[in-house]
Amino acid sequence: MSLLLFLEQTLNGLQLGVTLFLMAAGLTLVFGIMNMVNLAHGSLYMVGAFFAASFTQWTGSFFLALPLAIFATFIVGILVEAIALRTLYARDHLDQVLATFGLILFFNELTKIVWGPISIFMDVPPLLSGRVELIAGAPYPVYRLAVLGVGLAVALGLWWLIARTRLGMLIRAGASNREMVGALGIDISRLYMLVFGLGAALAALAGAMAGPIYVVEIGMGDAMLIKTFVVIVIGGIGSIRGAFVAAVIVGLVDTFGRIVPAQFGLPTALAEMAIYILMAFVLFFKPTGLFAARA
Amino acid sequence: MMALKLDRRTWFVIVLLAALALLPLAAIATDSDYQIAQFRRILIFAIAAVSLDLILGYGGMVSLGHAAFFGVGAYIVAILNWHAAREVPLFGLMLGTHNVLVTWIAAFVLSGALAGLIGLVSLRTTGIYFIMITLAFAQMVYFFFVSLRAYGGDDGLRFPGDTVVLGLIDTENDVAFYYLVFGILCAVLYATRRLVNSRFGLVVQGCRENERRMKALGFATFRYKLACFSLAGALAGLAGALFAANESYISPSIMHWTRSGDLIVMVVLGGMGTLVGPVVGAIAFLFLEKTLPDYTEHWMVVFGPILLLLVLFARRGIFGWFLPKEDRHGGPH
Repeated sequence: MSLLLFLEQTLNGLQLGVTLFLMAAGLTLVFGIMNMVNLAHGSLYMVGAFFAASFTQWTGSFFLALPLAIFATFIVGILVEAIALRTLYARDHLDQVLATFGLILFFNELTKIVWGPISIFMDVPPLLSGRVELIAGAPYPVYRLAVLGVGLAVALGLWWLIARTRLGMLIRAGASNREMVGALGIDISRLYMLVFGLGAALAALAGAMAGPIYVVEIGMGDAMLIKTFVVIVIGGIGSIRGAFVAAVIVGLVDTFGRIVPAQFGLPTALAEMAIYILMAFVLFFKPTGLFAARA
Repeated sequence: MMALKLDRRTWFVIVLLAALALLPLAAIATDSDYQIAQFRRILIFAIAAVSLDLILGYGGMVSLGHAAFFGVGAYIVAILNWHAAREVPLFGLMLGTHNVLVTWIAAFVLSGALAGLIGLVSLRTTGIYFIMITLAFAQMVYFFFVSLRAYGGDDGLRFPGDTVVLGLIDTENDVAFYYLVFGILCAVLYATRRLVNSRFGLVVQGCRENERRMKALGFATFRYKLACFSLAGALAGLAGALFAANESYISPSIMHWTRSGDLIVMVVLGGMGTLVGPVVGAIAFLFLEKTLPDYTEHWMVVFGPILLLLVLFARRGIFGWFLPKEDRHGGPH
């Protein structure tokens, strides 16, 4: 592998990493604070991407569409929480798996009804459409750099929110002992709703930004969802810091896993196994992930 | 008379099994023999669902990767048959075989062994971690078979399906093969019923209720759970083997993670922790899957919320409605 290819793939890996982080950050909080398995998070990613595609068509601007898509998905997330998920917090994990599995089927089919079965190809916004020679001899798409930048900025913002604000303090407290937070007089159900909405908004951001890079299609969230689970479990459920570290690792392993086996003539599907092997390896030594929030 | 002493549960089981036994005859009588392969498919998934109930209902282990063992069992049968048909040695050592005594037992044993290995790592974790790690292992297995280009990769593998079981039953004979699968289902139901009421089964159920207490009582709970997990994997592998024999074609899609989700749905829909319930669940699930699309192309938009409602309001499942309340988790019978 040449050095240029290596650097380019590292950037690709980091970009996948921050996208995964946007997905994982919200979901790890839902897992951690509410002790809830939510399989439907990938659906919010998909819904965010479809909203972004439609709003881009209507407004003619990706930059206008992005906040609209995020807001619309935020509303969808809040509604899902209020209608379906709220009653599930007190149930066991099996119930949650089953109910949110039902939600996936529902959202995939509903999206097919609303947007049709045909995949949507989004254009990269003209402002970000070029390539920049970051490393001499290896022009890299500006848009992917922008995604990387936005992801890192959101990560910083989340760090600030979690570490420096009152809301963040409550979230951290909730992740380590939610009964105690409730007993101290905090309105837990409002906190849950906010956290869930935040997670939905972040998933929408990830989905909307992924639109122009990949393709907007039914079920696009499912593959992403399972990778997000891997990130969360490696990072430790409920830990934002763990999610970030694990997202970057998984992003890099997944990206390099796609090109390294090919260089030795091995089938590329083998690459898909890399992150699962990594996860099994981590859990074998640390059954609660790298940075578990709940001891 | 004996019959007076039978409780509702026993009546239900008798009626269910009698109906299943008469099904092919009814199909022939109404000139719909073509349905029999479909009925066999239902029974095969019923076996897989019963095996999942062992760990889900009795062990309290929420595995989101059970379809992997089903798939591995199916692939073992397919690959051995494929090698036998092409007369290409497997691993350069042995020829494949059409002999079901070899292929089905190999599927049972190897799926069980794989489950043992996966359980060894997975059972160190609990709660959400366990769900996620079983899912991850199943994905690993799924992508492994996608990457096996020699056996069709993504496109799947077609192989000659004519097999004769013990020189008696030809799997090409629709009805005979149906009764063979039915017999295996009954044997599995009987064996698992004996198992869950045995000392072993009670220990596993004890772990579901309170593992720490079982440990304090001196039970090596990990070993019991691992044995239960392996056995469930082996039975799922056997179901997979029957599936391969039924279809003569398999692809990695049978072990896609959503198939694991479907198996969970079957178990809960029918009644978790009852063994017979999952049989009903498999029948109901596959029936809905087949008939709902006749009403609307977008049947999943209905089916998804049905699952949600099932969880919220009908948690005991179809079979559970027939049982008295205190009988929820099966219990000794």
